[in-house]
Amino acid sequence: MTETITDDPARRGERRDFATERAWIARRAEPLVIVAASLLAGCGLFSLLLLTLDKSPAQFFELLWRGGFGSWFSVQNMLSRTAPLLLAGLCVALPARLGLLIIGGEGAIALGGVAAAATGSALSSAPAPLVIAAMALAGMAAGGAWIGAIGALRHYRAVNETISGLLMAYIAIALMNHLVEGPLRDSASLNKPSTAPLPDADRIGAIPGTDVHWGLAVGIACCFLASVLIEKTSWGFAARISGGNLRAARIQGLPVGALIVAFCALAGAAAGLCGMIEVAAVHGAANASLASGYGYTGILVAFLARQNPLAIIPVAMLLGGVGAAGGLIQRRMELPDATILVLQGMVFIVVLFAETLYGRFHIFTPERWARKG
Amino acid sequence: MTRRMIFDRRHLLQGAAAGLAASALGARPAAAATVTIGFIYVGPKDDYGYNQAHAEGAAAVKKLRGVTVIEEEKVPETIDVVKTMESMINLEGASLLFPTSFGYFNPFVLQAASKYPQTEFRHCGGLWTDKNPKNAGSYFGYIGSCQYLNGVVAGHMTKTKKLGFVAAKPIPQVLLNINSFLLGARSVDPDITCRVIFTGEWSLAVKEAEAANALLDQGVDVVTCHVDSPKVVVQTAAARGAYVCGYHADQRPLAPERYLTGAEWNWATVYKTYVEKFLAGQPLPNFTRGGLAEGFVKTSPLGAMAPDAARRQFEAKKAEMTKGGYAIVAGPLKDNKGALVVPAGKKYLETAVELESMNYLVEGVIGAIS
Amino acid sequence: MQTTDIGYWSVPLAIVGGAIRVSTPFIFVSLGETITERAGRANIGLEGILIFGAMSAYATAVLSNSPWLGVAAAGVSGIAAGLLHGWICKFPRVNDIAIGIALMLLGTGLAFFFGKAFIQPSAPRLPAISLGFWSDIPQLRAALDVNALFVIGAALAVFLQWAFRNTRAGLILRTVGDSSDAARAMGIDPDRVRLLATAAGGGLAAIGGGYLSLYYPGSWNESISSGQGLMAVALVVFSRWNPLGCFAAALLFGGAGALGPALQSVGVTHGYYLFYAAPYALTLAIMIATSSPGRALAGAPCELSITR
Repeated sequence: MTETITDDPARRGERRDFATERAWIARRAEPLVIVAASLLAGCGLFSLLLLTLDKSPAQFFELLWRGGFGSWFSVQNMLSRTAPLLLAGLCVALPARLGLLIIGGEGAIALGGVAAAATGSALSSAPAPLVIAAMALAGMAAGGAWIGAIGALRHYRAVNETISGLLMAYIAIALMNHLVEGPLRDSASLNKPSTAPLPDADRIGAIPGTDVHWGLAVGIACCFLASVLIEKTSWGFAARISGGNLRAARIQGLPVGALIVAFCALAGAAAGLCGMIEVAAVHGAANASLASGYGYTGILVAFLARQNPLAIIPVAMLLGGVGAAGGLIQRRMELPDATILVLQGMVFIVVLFAETLYGRFHIFTPERWARKG
Repeated sequence: MTRRMIFDRRHLLQGAAAGLAASALGARPAAAATVTIGFIYVGPKDDYGYNQAHAEGAAAVKKLRGVTVIEEEKVPETIDVVKTMESMINLEGASLLFPTSFGYFNPFVLQAASKYPQTEFRHCGGLWTDKNPKNAGSYFGYIGSCQYLNGVVAGHMTKTKKLGFVAAKPIPQVLLNINSFLLGARSVDPDITCRVIFTGEWSLAVKEAEAANALLDQGVDVVTCHVDSPKVVVQTAAARGAYVCGYHADQRPLAPERYLTGAEWNWATVYKTYVEKFLAGQPLPNFTRGGLAEGFVKTSPLGAMAPDAARRQFEAKKAEMTKGGYAIVAGPLKDNKGALVVPAGKKYLETAVELESMNYLVEGVIGAIS
Repeated sequence: MQTTDIGYWSVPLAIVGGAIRVSTPFIFVSLGETITERAGRANIGLEGILIFGAMSAYATAVLSNSPWLGVAAAGVSGIAAGLLHGWICKFPRVNDIAIGIALMLLGTGLAFFFGKAFIQPSAPRLPAISLGFWSDIPQLRAALDVNALFVIGAALAVFLQWAFRNTRAGLILRTVGDSSDAARAMGIDPDRVRLLATAAGGGLAAIGGGYLSLYYPGSWNESISSGQGLMAVALVVFSRWNPLGCFAAALLFGGAGALGPALQSVGVTHGYYLFYAAPYALTLAIMIATSSPGRALAGAPCELSITR
């Protein structure tokens, strides 16, 4: 959603004078200042709630920092929780660039995980890199087909994608449970029905020097790839044009149907890959824990990142850090686990509210400086 | 081998970091003088069920001297639980952890136990084998006997000879409870049947209520369950006039007029034993299991509505079980498809490993395992 | 307890009973969302409002010993949340869907936060009206035990259907939903209408939550809602912003949800997860069957962001 600045003198090769520099900084400072100020305001609001409950906001934010960001252990904790949110966020952000609201990522994660686990156990005698690649492909194919179908239904039958996505998420989770407890169940998994465990060699390990699994790196890479796709390719250009107004795009002759199906399939592939990583890096098998809410948190991540794939990275880290600190806060301050939900809800309402502030401050809008002077 | 060494060195560094963290926490007055023990729950700890039973055990540990108890609730069976355990160790210096949900064990408790060999992990569920890390272990209770006793009382109370069971998932532990409940009832009257409905989730209020209603529509007049929080099943069934037998914890306050008895955990016994051993510096057992005889499980007091005949049989059976050596699953026993699953003369004590892979419903249970 | 053996007849009976028992929250939330969306605004945060409503209803009923006071408290809390959503969204560039998601989080969080103390106590339940008094079959009588809120929900659906077409308020609402500019030309302030519509939607959703905690299943805990609020918002689009359609969709959804337990109770257990998915699969199948590119947006308010 960044606006292209057509009169940037730097692009025309002119020397930047002081005023131009200042204008450049002012434009870029606007989102940073607004987001930072709204984060602060949200935290302030939350502090008021704590004060009314006779709890110390200072202690709360000290624990939040210590548990989520303040030490190498906490940073690794935060990054481990960030990993699945990156791909789950992409699953919402990509279709959203076309104006589609798909909230069914949870289902694609579950099915991607099951497909990956089934592939992994079918190929268990093959060399490990091959197995991992096949699992990733299987997960992406399953997720891609699932969300891609939502796109196809939208384009060819005009079925509202928000509803079909939600319905299909419930169906996918039922299907996963059915497969994990029925046809794909490992008979040795007695009281926790699961697929056959992956051999250690076929699992995804930690990034050297950390205990964060490679899923983090994969997620960040996918965010960059998605950004390149949207900003630099003709497909991304077409998507940006159609975004928000598919009817107009169709009139302009853009291949709207292909765009919708492709973007949905890519989004589903991201979610399916998320499920595959959960299986290969965390659980070692597919089971009911695959449906643990990452798909729904992904909606929040994408909207806070304003559907910008690169902004998903810091947003997911912020959410990961808050999640990492949640336990410490619960234990130390004797606050319920829902405290973190309340904090997130308050802060995000304020941050989203602050969207209205863009362009309202004289200091950030150089176009208006001259008029006033 | 090299991998192992890297592991150890990394752990050494983490140990040092943990030491620093612990000293940085000097602000907590009791931290240095006491042993910190962590309890981790998968749901809310006041759920009238599985988690409450463990939290009541933790509350008993809190009363011991020289102990600091830290608790975290609603920790899902994902990487979150690994991080919660590590956070309790690294940031709060916990040296004994009780991750209480069944699904935590593999792979999460195993990972954490091999990464932190100085910390003791005891997990609820009886999954530990001697191939697993020595600083990990399992405890579990034989609650089937209490479900059998539930069945005895239910057998006396039912007029329609139809019992109902709301179950989460068809896994061996649940199947054993269903079978025990019916076998208890059939010890009163062999014509009694039990209908079972699986909800597919450990905690899902509306579906549990629907399941209870569906059972009552079939003419069931005594209901019990095996879900994480029996509150909804107990209230729904009692509101329609059926009797209920509880599970996990005491649900009598929810329906005093309709609550017959209940199969309850008695984790306080287990946790206090562990913690006292730990404080005394003795090694903790890796594998602990017990039933009524060992005080790992208990029954809710029998309700006043139970007639004398029920009371006599209930008390006599309970006394017999409390002596130990009682076998609920004894041949000849057929499953509900007619196949002989336990031949005549064969019997399985509650400690028998065969019961841990139970995959059938006994004759008289109406339902199937998909 | 008297019973009659009705065998397989229990399955259709359970579907009728389930439709009546389970549908009420869907009816209230989807009618609320219909009002909001007819005014051109989407509040997909009703799930959060529903859960907060369930908690505040239960807590009030515990403290006052009056379930109806609980329902009233839920309504007030929902109106407050709706006003918050409506007020924030009137500012330019604020995305109503994103605010809805954040509101879902906040509502759920606040409900769990303040609800901890009320998991244990028992609240008085809302009374049932026995519409099955004429029958000797206890199962039928149980199935026809309806709650006053169900009746109110049904009446509200009929009323709204009429009011959207035939009252001045309904006309204003629809005008605002179809074009802010046209509304302004008529001297109507679209933001104010949307604010009131969102408040009404929030109030109804929270009352739906009160039904969950005070009648069926009639208990407060953190798994009281399994996404009913979210699903009900989806049912609004499914029924094309038509109040009677919402009522029918809610009944269909509730009835299909009763299928799984009912089949199991007569011994059909195999593949139970798939039976449980029946309401979702059925809804999806109907949507696919009844949609076509030509009439995609029939009935959709033009100002609505969710269907653009």
